[in-house]
Amino acid sequence: MEAAGNPKMLKAQLLWFLGIATTIKLLLIPSYHSTDFEVHRHWLAITNSLPLSQWYSDETSQWTLDYPPFFAYFERFLSVFARLVDLQIVDLHHGLNYKVNSAIYFQRISVIVSDLFLFYGVYRLTSNLASLKRNLVWVLVLWSPGLMIVDHMHFQYNGFLFGWLLLSISFLAQKRDLMGGFLFAVLLCFKHLFAVAAPVYFVYLLRHYCWGGLVRGFARLSVMGAVVVAVFAAAYGPFVYYGQIQQVIRRMFPFGRGLCHAYWAPNFWVFYIMLDKGIAFFLRKFGFNIPVPAASFTGGLVGDASPFSILPQITPVTTFIMVLLALSPCLIKAWRDPRPLMIARLVAYAYTCGFLFGWHVHEKASLHFVIPLAVVAVESLEDAKHYFLLSVVSCYSMFPLLYEAQEYPIKVLLLLLHSILMWFCFSAQFSNNIATKVTLQADKKASQSLLKQKASQSEQKGSSRTAAEKGGFVLGWVAKSYVFGILVVEIWGQFLHPYLLGDKFPFVPLMLISVYCALGISYSWIWQLEQILLLSF
Amino acid sequence: MKKKRELEKVRRLQDEVNAENDDNEDDPWWWLVQKGIKPSFICISVFALLVRVAVGLHPYSGANTPPKFGDYEAQRHWMEITINLPVKEWYRNSSVNDLSYWGLDYPPLTAYQSYIHGVFLKIFHPDSVALFTSRGHESYLGKLLMRWTVLSSDVLIFFPAVLYFVLVYHSIRSGKGRKSDVAWHIAMILLNPCLILIDHGHFQYNCISLGLTMAAVAAALAQKDLLASVLYCLALNHKQMSAYFAPAFFSYLLGKCLRHKNPLLEVVKLALMVIGTFAIVWWPYLHSKDAAFGVLSRLAPFERGIYEDYVANFWCTTSVLVKWKKLFTTQSLRTFSLAATILTCLPSMAQQMLAPSTKGFLYGLLNSSFSFYLFSFQVHEKSILLPLLPLSLLALEEPHSLLWLTHFAMFSMFPLLCRDKLVLAYIALYALFVLLYFAPGGPGGRCNSSKTLDQSHKAKTSIKFISSIAFHPLVTGILCLFSIILHVIYLTTHPPKKYPFLFEAVIMLLCFSQFILFTFYFNLKQWMLSKHLTSKDRQKKLI
Repeated sequence: MEAAGNPKMLKAQLLWFLGIATTIKLLLIPSYHSTDFEVHRHWLAITNSLPLSQWYSDETSQWTLDYPPFFAYFERFLSVFARLVDLQIVDLHHGLNYKVNSAIYFQRISVIVSDLFLFYGVYRLTSNLASLKRNLVWVLVLWSPGLMIVDHMHFQYNGFLFGWLLLSISFLAQKRDLMGGFLFAVLLCFKHLFAVAAPVYFVYLLRHYCWGGLVRGFARLSVMGAVVVAVFAAAYGPFVYYGQIQQVIRRMFPFGRGLCHAYWAPNFWVFYIMLDKGIAFFLRKFGFNIPVPAASFTGGLVGDASPFSILPQITPVTTFIMVLLALSPCLIKAWRDPRPLMIARLVAYAYTCGFLFGWHVHEKASLHFVIPLAVVAVESLEDAKHYFLLSVVSCYSMFPLLYEAQEYPIKVLLLLLHSILMWFCFSAQFSNNIATKVTLQADKKASQSLLKQKASQSEQKGSSRTAAEKGGFVLGWVAKSYVFGILVVEIWGQFLHPYLLGDKFPFVPLMLISVYCALGISYSWIWQLEQILLLSF
Repeated sequence: MKKKRELEKVRRLQDEVNAENDDNEDDPWWWLVQKGIKPSFICISVFALLVRVAVGLHPYSGANTPPKFGDYEAQRHWMEITINLPVKEWYRNSSVNDLSYWGLDYPPLTAYQSYIHGVFLKIFHPDSVALFTSRGHESYLGKLLMRWTVLSSDVLIFFPAVLYFVLVYHSIRSGKGRKSDVAWHIAMILLNPCLILIDHGHFQYNCISLGLTMAAVAAALAQKDLLASVLYCLALNHKQMSAYFAPAFFSYLLGKCLRHKNPLLEVVKLALMVIGTFAIVWWPYLHSKDAAFGVLSRLAPFERGIYEDYVANFWCTTSVLVKWKKLFTTQSLRTFSLAATILTCLPSMAQQMLAPSTKGFLYGLLNSSFSFYLFSFQVHEKSILLPLLPLSLLALEEPHSLLWLTHFAMFSMFPLLCRDKLVLAYIALYALFVLLYFAPGGPGGRCNSSKTLDQSHKAKTSIKFISSIAFHPLVTGILCLFSIILHVIYLTTHPPKKYPFLFEAVIMLLCFSQFILFTFYFNLKQWMLSKHLTSKDRQKKLI
């Protein structure tokens, strides 16, 4: 609270939270890392030892560069330091599968340092919140178990990218649309998977920034367009110059991959596959002759034999249309009522749609909406309840990423700690009288600009709502039993299944996790949609 | 008159309540403690457990270094011996039990614990504890299972002991400070970097003996003296090093007995408890004199020198000037060290016998363990864990000393941990400890050095003098900088060939100077305590 008007204090406190997370990340350096580690090491080598024109055409290793150019530049920047640490890291041929301590330390620490972007994003996003809420968002984002698992154990640079996303959202929330749009364009040139939210950005910016008067609107549209074009030119320009652009695009969109990832991400297609299998099973029982499909869901080229026995085949175009359809209510809403405070919700919803209906989705992609929703979670009791469930499910769905025994206690403890912290924070925020008093006071103090006044208005609404629903932060019995079910699924998969069934049906535990988590994510999707629709009309 | 006084009382109460409310609003951690001590303890302990598991990913002592390996192999070997041989053979040299290869030299409770853990290992990975063939066994699963035995001991013994202590200590201390100070205190005890590094990195089971000691302390504070003596005897029977605390327990319990109506009866009760506990633990070896003495001789490694490696105690540090090992026989050194230890313990023991008190007891534990660390025979670098335990229990009284001495305790173990390749874990845990210490709104971040020192209003000038030297910003700054530079030098450069242990010696000198200074300071504090108390008592009597 004392830090409300003091950005220095605020930064110091936030740095403290980041520091605690950093020490844990440092301790996790020797833990298991996936092939993504070698992927990124190889990219360091490609960008360092090859001229730009060959970056996307190199085939020394199967781990070809398939991220957009800014990420390649980022790797190129890192490789300057990697050279200093150990020349072999950036050696295109001798560096293959190079896994000595120097490489591990360098790459792990580069992830840890790049999390400073996340730090800044969170700082900007939360600097106007009341103290308790701020602490809460910090706990949810900086200590996110999902990021810990994916970035600091499995190995990726998501924290860095989410930093850009949160920055962009924070600028939009402050009505600085041009900056927000610029940052999002930059983000797209880092990782194109973030493009799922592009329609939302497009509609929102068109309506909120460009709409109003023909001259003014057109001027703004051209400014925004120029900014976006400039960003894309900076990213792709050199490759256009070298005549590599087609190769770049081909690498970035490998539609040759299957509908699902090796481990099915918990999305809509899990139900689709299960339904197909179920119908086929029953029809076979009733004597129909259903051929067993030869193709698998996880691989195979488009146009090959359908992996489904009964239901129609799914193509990338189908998933694209599905995502757009699911997005449409949110787009309409963004058009009718483009409110800056809603932007985090809209973006998160877009990523949820992309996750549920997208093509070849990774389980890690659930972070795309869990992280931005952290800011929404502190707004009302209902949001908090939803977030608690979603966050637990999302983290649990990432458990299969770490399948070795050594990391088992770590992932369980991470999830456990996260749930306990969420439970404490949310109950403090929503069940105590002092809480509302504190937040109200803080908001009064903070309400100097128009924007902040609006924030406190919604605050008062929120607190009156919580006061009405006296119960505080208590999960309903459905939610409780769902969370308990996670425990059952885990115990079955880890202990009972190998004990009772041995090596039979080895795919069942993973499938159970997918199906069970898909239920939770679908619930979250419907809930988010409902919130957006309710708030719009 | 009476009415006035009552009115004043009411006003004071109101003020207190208001102050508490204000505190709540300023306190950034109240959400953590709002549900009470136990839930926040669970939260912090899950975090502490996560840290421990993460440290367990790092190498252990003696990994890949045949033929002797390190402490990890010692513990594994004990499991191998205990599950494959009958109880009577455990401490006896024979064709199946070569005592020169990591022979069992801890008291029977350690042997039983090794047996239990050995059974656990045997179920999941029989190769790792097979007789003879498993020597120097190293495998992914073996390491994992061994790590899990330490984790489970920690969770089953150390963590509950911390909870017990915190509940007792804060019920005594209630009303002082913020609510979230309790959480800070728990974090300071649970996340002590030295203990985590030695147990979960280097590989030992200090958490068991220290946990039992802490439970004994808590029981003593809760006035359950019999329970305390039993728990302390168990600690002693797990690791003979727990004897570092013996003078404090002895004098505090004796001091309390003397204040009873019937002192002799109380003493006899305690003695019976102690004898009974020892008898149960030593039962398999009590059938003959030889067996019992055989075990005893294993526990007292007098044939080893007065010190090992470069430990920051009196004998090792002064050996730079006086070559103790050359001048005297081991026999006479033993007498010297015994005399020195007892002499330095005496003031604190006398204080507790004369005026046993909660705070005095904790200071007594600190003082006696420091005396042992500094002056006793055969001290190891790792023994610094023992003085650190009571110091962390006193975290709210002595926040600065805790930070300062933890720093030097870590530093004194740095050469050892470097050999174990635990530098990364060392840095991370040290940073974590400092961050937790300076948690926003926590006691460490809140108080300036002047404020804590003012707490002891009646502090004599001598204490003030020492603390003003020890905590003078200039002095602390220079020492801090110096130790950081030493860390870097130790890691990056080779010592001159003429003095291969130059850096170790410098580290030892630096740490010793701080340890001896603080031993003096804590002894003085303990004595000031009784003066402060008696004057308070007198005031009470006057009222």
